[in-house]
Parts: sequence; C-alpha cells; structure tokens
Amino acid sequence: MQRIYLDYAATTPVLPEVLEAMVPYFSGEFGNASGVYSWSRTARQALDQARDQVAKVLGAQPEEIVFTGGGSESDNLAIKGAAWAYRDRGRHIITSAIEHHAVLEACHWLEGQGFEVTYLPVNGEGLVDPQSVKEALRPDTILVTIMHANNEVGTIQPIAEIGEIVRDTKAVFHTDAVQTAGVLDINVDHLNVDLLTLSGHKLYGPKGVGALYVRKGTRLVPMIHGGGHERRRRAGTENVPGIVGLARALEITHSERESENARLQALRDKLISGLSAIPYTRVNGSLAQRLPNNVNVCFEFIEGESLLLTLDMRGVAASSGSACTSGSLEPSHVLLAMGLPHEIAHGSLRLTLGRGTTEADVDYVLGEIPQIVERLRAMSPLYRG
Amino acid sequence: MYSEKVMEHFQNPRNVGEIDDASGVGEVGNARCGDIMKLWIKVEDGIIKDIKFKTFGCGAAIATSSMVTELALGKTLEEAEQISNQAVAEALDGLPPIKMHCSNLAADALHAAIQDYRRRNG
Repeated sequence: MQRIYLDYAATTPVLPEVLEAMVPYFSGEFGNASGVYSWSRTARQALDQARDQVAKVLGAQPEEIVFTGGGSESDNLAIKGAAWAYRDRGRHIITSAIEHHAVLEACHWLEGQGFEVTYLPVNGEGLVDPQSVKEALRPDTILVTIMHANNEVGTIQPIAEIGEIVRDTKAVFHTDAVQTAGVLDINVDHLNVDLLTLSGHKLYGPKGVGALYVRKGTRLVPMIHGGGHERRRRAGTENVPGIVGLARALEITHSERESENARLQALRDKLISGLSAIPYTRVNGSLAQRLPNNVNVCFEFIEGESLLLTLDMRGVAASSGSACTSGSLEPSHVLLAMGLPHEIAHGSLRLTLGRGTTEADVDYVLGEIPQIVERLRAMSPLYRG
Repeated sequence: MYSEKVMEHFQNPRNVGEIDDASGVGEVGNARCGDIMKLWIKVEDGIIKDIKFKTFGCGAAIATSSMVTELALGKTLEEAEQISNQAVAEALDGLPPIKMHCSNLAADALHAAIQDYRRRNG
C-alpha cells in the first residue's frame, strides 16, 4: 500500500542536504564549542556560520539570534523571559485565543504568577483584528504575542500591521513564526517584531532545535541557568549538528520558497475545491490570508478521529482538531474561537502539504475521502441523508 | 494505541443500521462531547432477536457499539442488562485510559433501549 504523508505542519523529514551538513558534527568534529583547542574552533566556526545564515534570512544581526531546544522553548523564553524582565514596568500581556499551546500555556502560567493576560478573539476566518490589539493596549502592557500563521487553519495574521501599533508603545512584540519560517518573508524589520520564534523540524531540519530572534535592546530573563552560552540567554552546550541543520534547512527553504509555494498553492486549491464538493462540508480559515500548504475542512455529522483512522488504513497520514486527537475532552480551541459549534469542530480534518506532495497524492486523497465520509455518515445517527 | 480487536470492529462494525419496527430505542452521549450512540432492539419472548446501532464518534465509540450488539444479540433482557461498559471494553481487549470514560457508553445505550422497551410494555 502506498503511504501518503499530509501532516507537514506537524513535522517534516530532514532534507538529504541538511542531514549531510549535520553529519560531520556528530562524531568527527564533536568538539565543545567553548574550548580553546582545534576541535572547539571547528565547532565554534560552524556555530558562527549557522548564526550568520539564520540572521541573514531574518534581516538581523548574528548576536540577535539565540539557539534553543525547539519552538516551544523559544516561545517560553520569549514570553516568560520578557514578562520577568519587564515585570517592574507592568504586568499586562496581550495574546490571541488561537495561539499554539506553547504560547497559551506559558501565558496561563504567568497568570498564576500575578500577570494579567488578554486573549484577543478572532473573526470567523480566524484572523486577529489589529484594531483589537490597539484597543487592548494599556500603559502597563509589557508584551504582545501573536502568531505569524496558525498551525491548524493556516491563517496568516497581519503581523507587520500589529507590529506598527505595538512599536508606538513600551511593550515588546513577539511572534511565533514556526509555521512560516521557510515559507513567508520573516524579515524582522518588515514584520516589526522584537522577538521571533522558529523551529528546525517544521522546515525540513532536525527536531529538538529552534531559535529565538531577540532584537538588540530587548531584555530577557533566561529560563535555563548555567554557563554563559548564547550571550547568557540560554545555558547549555550548544547542539552543534542540530544548529547547523536548522540553519541549512532555513537557508534552503527560504531561498526556494517562491517556486515551492506556487506549486503547493495549486495543489492546496485543488484539494480544497475537491473536498468542498462533498455535501455538508465547510472550509475553515481565510482563503485569502492562508499558508500555501494548509487545507482545513469540517465534514458535518462525523467525528475526526474515525476519519483519521480510516485514512490511515488507506495509507494517508493527516490530523484533526477533534477532542479525541487533541488529548482532551474539548475539540480544537482554534475552531471554537472561530465560532464553530462543538459538534462540527469534532469533525475537522487538516491536510498539510509539503515538498514530498505530488499531484498524484492529491488525486488519490480526493478519490478516498468522499467514500470515507459517506461510510462514516451512513453510520452516524446525526445524518439524515 | 487501539487493540487489534478494536481496530477490527472499527473496520468491520457489526449490526450497523436501524430497525424500523424496533421494540425499544436507546440514545446516549451528546454531540458536544463528540460521541452519540443510538441503539435499536427487537425483542421477542424476552430475547433480543435483532439489534442495530448508529454512532457518531471516535474509533472507540464505534468499536464498543459494534461489540455491545454482538454481546447482546440472542440474550435475554435480564442477561443483556448485566452487560457493563467494563465488560464491553474487556471484550475488545481493553481501551486506552482516556477512552474509558468518554467513548465507552455502548452498554449504557443498550440499557437505555431495554428501559425504553420495558416502558412501552409497562
């Protein structure tokens, strides 16, 4: 049976040329970058080069890049680190209702520490209104954190516009760009951000490595204390192969993004229009402000996990915002924030395309899904043909 | 995460459908939680002669529905009332812990159908 992977927003395979760049640093050039001998110099040079590569894509200075253990760590460092550093100035934070859990849970934790958090709503298309940020800002707002693009429904938020609003205040502005690095322009001066999170494994690099851009002058209290690594912002011996891989992957995906985006967008639109032909189906998220690889639909009267299990039996890997797949009793917080009723949110399906996706894959899926939906609906007491 | 037996019942569910002239109908769960089970029974001489279900829910919800119809078919009402959610889960070689509460309602649907039958034949 053929296997079709359509969950690129969850993780991506490491590109062969990325793996090749990483391999020397596992065993041959294994040195700790902090030493004074030749092994260390080699490791240090690799780190410096990686930092330059990442900074270049971001339009930043190398010393503004902090390497971390992944996207969640970068989000935590940005949010908790900034909140702690600026807590004497104020205790108010603004975020949105559709952030990744790494942002939402960090904010929840801060609420327990005496901070106050405003969770901005989104409209039915899953977009944050910049005006709502303006209205939520207070003299004691120290941090605004809004994701660049949503991981579930693929909506691209007006970050540059929000950044312009926040720039006129004393608050710092963070964006989680985990879904957009290597896909969209993430130049920090174009986006008007002070902090930006990215992750290696979402852009065809390795897992367990991420980066945080920290604009010069932005203060952060470190989350991990220890040695003086990463300019005292993140202690721990540097993951040299991982960092080299992240940088190489970002460089490749960023430089090839225009042609790849055009290719994916055509496949995405074919999928969306094909799936929309199934009765009682709705497309979730803005069609205009949308990642080129994201498809998110709800099939009424059926439940998402059943759909995923059946797809898996037919070789297709996808994901859903149903309660059963979120690991809680509630369906996706993103779909609920967009105003979908619970019973419909349970029936969501996310297909995210990537470099390995072909038109044949899309055709296969478009052949399978209508049958699966029909079969599950025939079993559903909610469906009245 | 599911046992082979759960997957087998999920893939080939037994007794899917409705019974037009059912002696009793039971429905449990709600759409908000993502699980609804509806179960029809045909009772003759105190024995469940036919049984059908329709379920909106996850893999566990569909597999437990299928299993409970298999366990109850041909049983007396008294025997069928003894079938518990736990027994259904065990007959499927167990369910993941998180599913034990939210999606393991099939026996409740069976009991609701039997109650409905008793009410009708008061």
